[in-house]
Amino acid sequence: MTVLCLLSVLVAVIPLFLIFSYALSQGIGALNLDFFIRMPKPVGESGGGMANALVGTAILIGLGSLFGLPISIFTGIYLAEYGENPFAKTVRFLTDVLSGIPSIVVGVVAYIMVVMPMKQFSAFAGGVALGILMIPTATRTTEEMIRLVPHSFREAALALGIPRWRVTLRIILPTALKGITTGILLAIARAAGETAPLLFTALGNRFWSTDIGHPIASLTVFIYDYAKAPFEDWNRQAWAAAFVLIFFIFIVNLIFRFVTRGRYAGNSH
Amino acid sequence: MQEIAIEEKASKAPLVISSKPETEPIMDVKVSTKNVNAFFGKTQALHGISLDVARNTVVAIIGPSGCGKSTFLRCLNRMHEVAGGTRSGTIMVDGEDIDHYDPVVLRRRVGMVFQKPNPFPTMSIFDNVAAGLRLNGMVKKNTVAETVERSLRQAALFDEVKDILDRSGVSLSGGQQQRLCIARALAVDPEVILMDEPASALDPIATAKIEELIQELKKNYTIVIVTHNMQQAARVSDETAFFYLGELIEFGNTDRLFTSPQKKQTEDYITGRFG
Repeated sequence: MTVLCLLSVLVAVIPLFLIFSYALSQGIGALNLDFFIRMPKPVGESGGGMANALVGTAILIGLGSLFGLPISIFTGIYLAEYGENPFAKTVRFLTDVLSGIPSIVVGVVAYIMVVMPMKQFSAFAGGVALGILMIPTATRTTEEMIRLVPHSFREAALALGIPRWRVTLRIILPTALKGITTGILLAIARAAGETAPLLFTALGNRFWSTDIGHPIASLTVFIYDYAKAPFEDWNRQAWAAAFVLIFFIFIVNLIFRFVTRGRYAGNSH
Repeated sequence: MQEIAIEEKASKAPLVISSKPETEPIMDVKVSTKNVNAFFGKTQALHGISLDVARNTVVAIIGPSGCGKSTFLRCLNRMHEVAGGTRSGTIMVDGEDIDHYDPVVLRRRVGMVFQKPNPFPTMSIFDNVAAGLRLNGMVKKNTVAETVERSLRQAALFDEVKDILDRSGVSLSGGQQQRLCIARALAVDPEVILMDEPASALDPIATAKIEELIQELKKNYTIVIVTHNMQQAARVSDETAFFYLGELIEFGNTDRLFTSPQKKQTEDYITGRFG
């Protein structure tokens, strides 16, 4: 049994290790300072970088967070605090369904809702798509973390004559904050790796743009374009971008570890 | 080990002599309950409880687990509603029906200390005591600081924590945490303090400190304390109520109730025949 478990662990861990090392070995040739601070070069010229895609991804994640996180946090609070009525149960169920919807479908939805009316692919539309994708993870984590706060703190606060909404915002939320932060980080990590919804929305851009009303570059779309291109140095840059992306998600997960370490350490009875 | 220590102490300590003769004609009633029933769903937890708590006295509520003593305590500041309970009957504080109050306002007048010390984990010692004030809109720094110091002194904790006020509340020992919770409850300036087995999670020394504190607090506050520990009830209270299966079996002067109980059930309980 133990052997079986160990084998399973190996099988699970090996792909991660292989992907990481393969992306690094293939992309290392393209991984230099230029890669981070230069723009893509025209076809046929070698070198160049993906500064625009790095900034683009950051902007897209920022926009996605702006749309998705406030909704998620307030929904999560609502579900945890008042979550036993039929409406809340429906919301919870729909949130779970939303987490199962393929991201490409979310991309199409954002295309119809934002791109078509604006008659323009845009970073804004990409942000909307990513925001929607963040909602399930962030909402449910917020709810779970608020529920984890021991009931005794809520009682103590209420017994001091503090109004309920203040108890939630000033006592419960800060206590659950570490857990909620980790949920948000995971949601961000997930959104950062999305390609499909961006193809319909942010589109991609070979030029420098920080205008959220226009198409914008992103790491994932950059990888998608460069990996299928017939140029060897483009392929190499795609690998490098893949490595950077994996490394980013790795770092986010490390932060996640760091933040969750010692949660509620002070009040375990 | 702890049990034994408490009992030894109890047998040597003289019983607290009530300052009030039992036959005092007009009692200054602080909290009065009439025919209080409480329900959780379809289960009735309290059956027609009527008792009066005199101002500046300590009333202990004793009885076996599940007898409704905590429920009764929570009814007094409507904390039973938080757990989804309902109630009928009348409860008055200073002659005013508590159902006419916003529960938020009521709970500032009738504070509560819980069984397990529960300082807010994200807050410092200072902020814990200040929480009730600040979250009720008091922002004047001087007033807050003065109140925090006064409350900590009243809770006999100030000297131990005066140099570490910015440390986390949960860094204190269990007994200190409980006194911190008492200070936190005192800071909003209540008139009545409800204590739900405040020492049951503490060691004998910390317990003795809490009991001493109760005697001190009685001068300014009216206290209702639920306890599992009969020696504790005998030591700290002026009057004792014995609850059994959601009913008030006997209520009266503590010395009298423990020396010559009038009901068979009370006698059986205090002599340890059941419960």
